Amino acid sequence: MARRDSIMQKPKNARGALRRLLSMLGPFKWMIAGVTVLCLVSNLLSLYGPTLVGQAMNEVKLGEGRVDLEKVTSIALKMLACYLTSSLLTVAIHTIMVNVSRRFARSMRQKVFDKLMTLPVGYFDRHQAGDIISRVNYDIDVISTCMSTDVVSIVASTVTVVGSLVMMLLLSPLLSLVTLFSVPTAILYTSRMRKKTQPRYRKRSKCYGEMNGFVEEMLAGQKTIQSYAYEDCAEARFDQVNTNAAEAYWDADRLGVTIGPTMGFINNTSLSLIALFGSVLLILQSIDLGKISSFVLYSRKFSGPINEIANIVNELFSALAAAERVFGLLDEEEEPADAPKAVALTDVAGNVSLEHVAFGYDPGVPIIHDLSLQADAGKLIAIVGPTGAGKTTIINLLMRFYDVDSGRIAVDGTDIREATRRSLRSAYAMVLQDTWLFRGTIFDNIAYGRPEATMDEVVAAAKAAHIHAFIMRLPDGYQTEISEDGGNISKGQKQLLTIARAMLYNARMLILDEATSNVDVGTERRIQRAMRDLMRDKTCFVIAHRLSTIQNADRILVVNQGDVVEQGTHETLMAQKGFYHKLYAAQFE
Amino acid sequence: MKFLWTYLRKYARRMGGVMSIKLGGTILELLIPYVLEHLLDHEVPAVQNGGSIAPVILWGLFMVGLAFLTRTMNVTANRLSVRTAKEATYELRRDLFHSALGLSGSQMDRVGLPSLISRMTSDSYNVQSFIQSTQTIGIRAPIMLLGGIGITLVMDAGLASILCIMAPIMIALVVFISRKGIPLYDRVQRGMDDVVRIMRENITGIRVVKALSREEHERGRFAGASDETARRDIKAGFIMALPGPIVTLFLNVGLTLVVLIGARRVHSGDIQPGVILAFLTYFNMILMGVMGLNRIFMMMSKANASAGRIQTVVETEDDLPLLLESEAAKPSRDGMIVFDHVSFSYLPDEEKYIQDESRFAGQQRQKCLDDLDFTIPKGGSLGIIGATGSGKTSIINLLMRFYDPQGGTVYIDGKDVRCQDRQALRRRFGVVFQNDVIFADTIRENIVFGRALDDEQMKAAASDAMASGFIERYEDTYDHKAVIAGANFSGGQKQRLLIARSLAAHPDILVLDDASSALDYRTDAALRKAIREHHGDATTIVIAQRVSSIMALDAILVLEEGRAIGYGTHEELLKSCPFYREIYETQMGEVS
Repeated sequence: MARRDSIMQKPKNARGALRRLLSMLGPFKWMIAGVTVLCLVSNLLSLYGPTLVGQAMNEVKLGEGRVDLEKVTSIALKMLACYLTSSLLTVAIHTIMVNVSRRFARSMRQKVFDKLMTLPVGYFDRHQAGDIISRVNYDIDVISTCMSTDVVSIVASTVTVVGSLVMMLLLSPLLSLVTLFSVPTAILYTSRMRKKTQPRYRKRSKCYGEMNGFVEEMLAGQKTIQSYAYEDCAEARFDQVNTNAAEAYWDADRLGVTIGPTMGFINNTSLSLIALFGSVLLILQSIDLGKISSFVLYSRKFSGPINEIANIVNELFSALAAAERVFGLLDEEEEPADAPKAVALTDVAGNVSLEHVAFGYDPGVPIIHDLSLQADAGKLIAIVGPTGAGKTTIINLLMRFYDVDSGRIAVDGTDIREATRRSLRSAYAMVLQDTWLFRGTIFDNIAYGRPEATMDEVVAAAKAAHIHAFIMRLPDGYQTEISEDGGNISKGQKQLLTIARAMLYNARMLILDEATSNVDVGTERRIQRAMRDLMRDKTCFVIAHRLSTIQNADRILVVNQGDVVEQGTHETLMAQKGFYHKLYAAQFE
Repeated sequence: MKFLWTYLRKYARRMGGVMSIKLGGTILELLIPYVLEHLLDHEVPAVQNGGSIAPVILWGLFMVGLAFLTRTMNVTANRLSVRTAKEATYELRRDLFHSALGLSGSQMDRVGLPSLISRMTSDSYNVQSFIQSTQTIGIRAPIMLLGGIGITLVMDAGLASILCIMAPIMIALVVFISRKGIPLYDRVQRGMDDVVRIMRENITGIRVVKALSREEHERGRFAGASDETARRDIKAGFIMALPGPIVTLFLNVGLTLVVLIGARRVHSGDIQPGVILAFLTYFNMILMGVMGLNRIFMMMSKANASAGRIQTVVETEDDLPLLLESEAAKPSRDGMIVFDHVSFSYLPDEEKYIQDESRFAGQQRQKCLDDLDFTIPKGGSLGIIGATGSGKTSIINLLMRFYDPQGGTVYIDGKDVRCQDRQALRRRFGVVFQNDVIFADTIRENIVFGRALDDEQMKAAASDAMASGFIERYEDTYDHKAVIAGANFSGGQKQRLLIARSLAAHPDILVLDDASSALDYRTDAALRKAIREHHGDATTIVIAQRVSSIMALDAILVLEEGRAIGYGTHEELLKSCPFYREIYETQMGEVS
């Protein structure tokens, strides 16, 4: 059976990754050096054991009535001391290594997380959450496990192999010739088997993966399958997937299960050869029984690690590949730092102006070509356009999630690139369509933007958002825990909670995404009222879906295929009979 | 375990064979050190006393022969056990999948989709590796242990008693520590889940975090969870690092004792020196036996839990039995679909089993439908509108018999649904559920969906569903493949494919649950026209959030908390139902 189902993953630049990994180990270097020494001592001690056994055997072989019991006792005491120290050292080594590796993993996780906090928003648009998380979870785990087990094993195995070999040579160079058979055979055999089994294990994983995917898909659609009486077809298709998985398992493990017995065979054969030649040497009186005893014990010790080392090399490479993936993330370009002389915006009035703004997500592919807009304090700017037209781009620019390519955006006359991000962003309240709540109490979720808020302020915000009555009906009121996806409250109520959050935040400018898909009608009305209250006296940028908002807007930006194609009030735009006119006709008539 | 046996019974003979071969192989392996002892203690002195060397060589070759036989037998047994595991698991998964597909709505709610998936996958792998390894290590480990002890007993009972005392203590210690360690790892796993959760929260909410400049706060939150996990991990790692050195220590102490006591016994002439050497070899085997047993115990407890979880699904009994005509209720009036004073709630007495994730669990746990009474004539149409959780989808669930109501009766075509064959009943439907599934298959297969439909029928359905336009823009048209969950289509394209699926077989009853919410107004209007013209004879139910999707239907049912608070045509409702009027006005934008 393959250990940890290890499938060899090759790092692209093993040496580079290793060097960088080692440099990160800096704070732990003394501990690691200490462990290496302990490891050496412990293994040498346990290697010394068989020699002591040999000495004892030489006393014993004299036979009936002639054994020097005192000498044997003193040898036995030495053995005991040897083994006890060795075991204690082993425990110490493991403890230290687990400690080092887990603390290293923790610091690496924190590094990755800190990094994520500094990455531009665009990074998260381009990468799947699952992929990022697997680096924190799986990749770092691989590295840490490799550190805690493999580093020790590699020292231990090397010491054992080399030590045993030296001891065997010392005991009897002639008998050591047997290892000329067993060692190369074992190494050749394991490497050949590895080559043969690896593609099969890989195929097995692939088949299992396909089966998991299929099962997940079918069970998610179970109700649909029942509705269309598709069960027989589904089962026939599953049979194929199931057969593939079973065959791949058979194919891989049929071969995998021969490795253990064959290694056993090699060991037993070498034992037999030692016995045979040992006996001959014994008869020729060129060796004594004690030496044979020690030799047998060393040869037993010797065989295990060879298999082990091959495994470890594999895991080491997997760990380096994992480290490379983590480093890849750590090397991502960060959100550029605030300008050196950046000012903090204070007492923002809410006058926003865009002057000849051009922007594209990919360099050289502009989406917004030339956008100018004056939004005075308290005005309502509606952004309309078909789904996927790029309405959020404007919001990304306003909040400086992205910087403009040319032109400028100013708040109260200050170019936002010359303001600190923190002060700029805190000048906006924001309610997005993907309502974001985290696991925590309702109170914490509402007060997220202003952690110092008092209970009274939070309640006031909740009342203003028309969600207070609902909260009071929950078992623990404001202290009720909500689960991460807000599973225990409905979509509409989630939206009201984020509105309450924005209410409490009370900034001079507001960014609002109005879309309310699949919210029930009663809540919808409450949301509308709450949003209207929220918008009062603020400079508002609203991704609008409602006729009332659009008609009341001071300015409408019409977005299509990324760019702002028309701009004006409802009346002027309708009179233009352009894209807005068509859009309006399709949506609202 | 009893449950697993039903799958293994037919392999009983093969498994018996495997175990006998394994037994033989292990015994042969145990003999090797015995021969070694014999060689050194008896044959070598014989040669030294002037005998022939031939027996020494013969015994040596005999050892090699034993080693070879051992290997052959072990390989044979291992392979056979892999084959048994393969075949039994295949059948187990087949039955499990069959049962999973057949679960009723409330059974599905109880198990939950994520759990059902893990039963199909990781649980079945656990069982598979258990079946494989019990036959191999399961025999080998105890034989190594018992055989090792047995042979040493025969060689010299006095020395063997050291083993007899040491072995049980060793086993007990190892098992005890492992048992202690496993819950610790559960705690580590839970800690890691927290770490991942916070990470995920921050990735999905990065805009909010940045907009509110809470990066520092989030760093602290993450560090807290991460530190806690590391602390737990270190503790678990420490406990789990103990068994190895402890076993080695015991073994070595035993070894020392053998030397010490053995020397005395050689001195007193009770044993030959070679016996000690053989003992030292047997010690290693016993050690392997102990470790193997520990592995088996761990695997067994894991496999036992997995088999139990699989069993509950496979042995689930149908909770929606087919009633005989005589047991069924008789309708009091005519109509294609009749709801006769129907009341219903999800899992009325099993609240505690409810799992949050289950996809089809209704949001409202109290009465979902309360004394609902309506009729749709053959070929008629009904629109249903109401808030989330008002019971709209529950009506479909009862109609297609995913659940049975607690009160009242649902009739289709004049017959109680409970006395109609479920598959035959459902075949009369064409249905699109809320958030329905596009399967990772060709567009053709997604529309035809295993039914005997020809290309013409499929294309007609696609055209009625306003889908042929975008399908035919693909180079491979109807052979274009959808990826999992249809992620390569837009929301509107998915809905049109689903509608095509529902129309393709010209069903008697057409059910569209929030099926056109992502379509723009024009497409929606064209779709309604096509359904009216080409599927006018179908009895139709449309559930929608938008008044415009249902206002032209024969009748509209307005639901609030499971009760009908309005029923009639659009015009009638505007007059009689204030709630409906309010919805209409809100959506048409005339907010007061």
